[in-house]
Amino acid sequence: MLELRDISYEVEDDREHREILKNINLTIDDHFVAITGPNGGGKSTLAKLIAGIITPTSGQIFLDGREITNLNITERAKAGISYAFQQPVHFKGLTVKDLITLAAGYSVNVSEICDILSEVGLCAREYIDREINNSLSGGELKRIEIAMVIARGTTLSIFDEPEAGIDLWSFNSLIHVFEKMRKEINGMILIISHQERILNVADKIVLIKDGEVSAMGTKEEVLPMLLNGSGTCKTLIDKTI
Amino acid sequence: MDKIEKNLLEQVADLHEVPAGAYNIRSNGKLAKRNTTANIDIVTKEDKQGIDIIIKPGTKNESVHIPVILSESGYQDLVYNDFYIGEDCDVTIIAGCGIHNCGVDTSKHDGIHTFYVKKNARVRYVEKHYGEGDGRGENVMNPTTVVHLDENAVLEMETTQIKGIDSTNRITRGTLKEGASLEVKEKIMTHGSQYARTEFEVDLNGENCSANVISRSVARDDSKQEFFSRINGNAACAGHSECDAIIMDHSQVTASPQLTANHVDASLIHEAAIGKIAGEQLIKLMTLGLTEEEAEQQIISGFLK
Repeated sequence: MLELRDISYEVEDDREHREILKNINLTIDDHFVAITGPNGGGKSTLAKLIAGIITPTSGQIFLDGREITNLNITERAKAGISYAFQQPVHFKGLTVKDLITLAAGYSVNVSEICDILSEVGLCAREYIDREINNSLSGGELKRIEIAMVIARGTTLSIFDEPEAGIDLWSFNSLIHVFEKMRKEINGMILIISHQERILNVADKIVLIKDGEVSAMGTKEEVLPMLLNGSGTCKTLIDKTI
Repeated sequence: MDKIEKNLLEQVADLHEVPAGAYNIRSNGKLAKRNTTANIDIVTKEDKQGIDIIIKPGTKNESVHIPVILSESGYQDLVYNDFYIGEDCDVTIIAGCGIHNCGVDTSKHDGIHTFYVKKNARVRYVEKHYGEGDGRGENVMNPTTVVHLDENAVLEMETTQIKGIDSTNRITRGTLKEGASLEVKEKIMTHGSQYARTEFEVDLNGENCSANVISRSVARDDSKQEFFSRINGNAACAGHSECDAIIMDHSQVTASPQLTANHVDASLIHEAAIGKIAGEQLIKLMTLGLTEEEAEQQIISGFLK
């Protein structure tokens, strides 16, 4: 179970004081939770706070009853949190095998790498020795990013907009990856997404808007609110429905 | 051969024992061991220090090891090694120099290697430079490599200096005829107050010849590195050089590429990038459970792999 208590995050931006997240209280104990909401609403900030990449201005974070607020990134990773970046990082010289090995935390053999990569639709023979650089497409890098999270197999897996920056063909197979993960993976999956097809897979949807939790519930409860929000123009709503 | 010398050999030539094929091991300025084969002859020069390595035309899948080790503190060595590679050969040459200096004097090895590669021959040339020793004496190495490639000849050079060399001036020059190809991959890491200078100069003289120079380096502590490359396109040819450096602590790195096209169909490219390890790379590896130091180590060893 992941619990956020009164989490706030404030920054000084060009001498302007901004509240990115305001008193977030959130308990997640469902298997597959999607966080959605408008751009700039604070979703990625929340993911980074959970992974320990940034520190909240105030509030506490608990994982399975243990307070992790003061743990750094490494300690949180070891405590059972994995985080797939929205924009995968390039590494000159490090290969797919190197990163999967580091993620797994032990020397994985070829057949284990093959198992992990096949989960995200990649053939180990073709990818195992490829460098993590721009010779790989956006979709391939995203899948490798997801494969690293699968290799870790932690209590909590966070995915920050897995659909961002990939082409339509890659997106279709990405959906299958998450559908499969939903069925097979133990532990909690927290996925930040704008995609209705991903939201449809979720047990619970959290809507974050202007730095606050503006709604939370099943997809039947939350999806209509997304389409009928005050900021959405009528033509768009009509066309979507 | 004592333990120190055996360790040096292992570091520079991956040799645990006497290699297969032709070899010439030079230790503190003297010939320690030599072996020649039916196709590869090694002859001591008579007018100066050094050897001629003569490889018969058509020799395939053979290798020559020519490591040099210096274990007497303060020994200074200047060697000329010339390689004559016959037509249609396909061979691997493994050179390298290891210095163990436990004294106060400067140990120095200057090796001048000249390659004459005949038509259609293919050479893989690997050299490693390594220094060690707990004395205050400096370890200095100044390797010069001169490559003459005839029509359609190919030379791939891998040069590595990872540890223990206080000062180095590495010079590589090449002249290429029609269809020839030169590929150079350099890896350097400097620590402490070490200094490393790299200078490449390649003349692309023949039609459809090509050169590709890739340098990856890591500068740590107060060390200093300079990279100079000059590619001269004198025909319809392709030249590419890439200098990629990770800068850390208080080190300094200079990259100074120069491209000269003397022919309208010369296609020349240079890429240079110097920067510290990207914060997001460290963060990514830390989210996998590595500490910041472990992450840094992984990034550097991958970069120099």
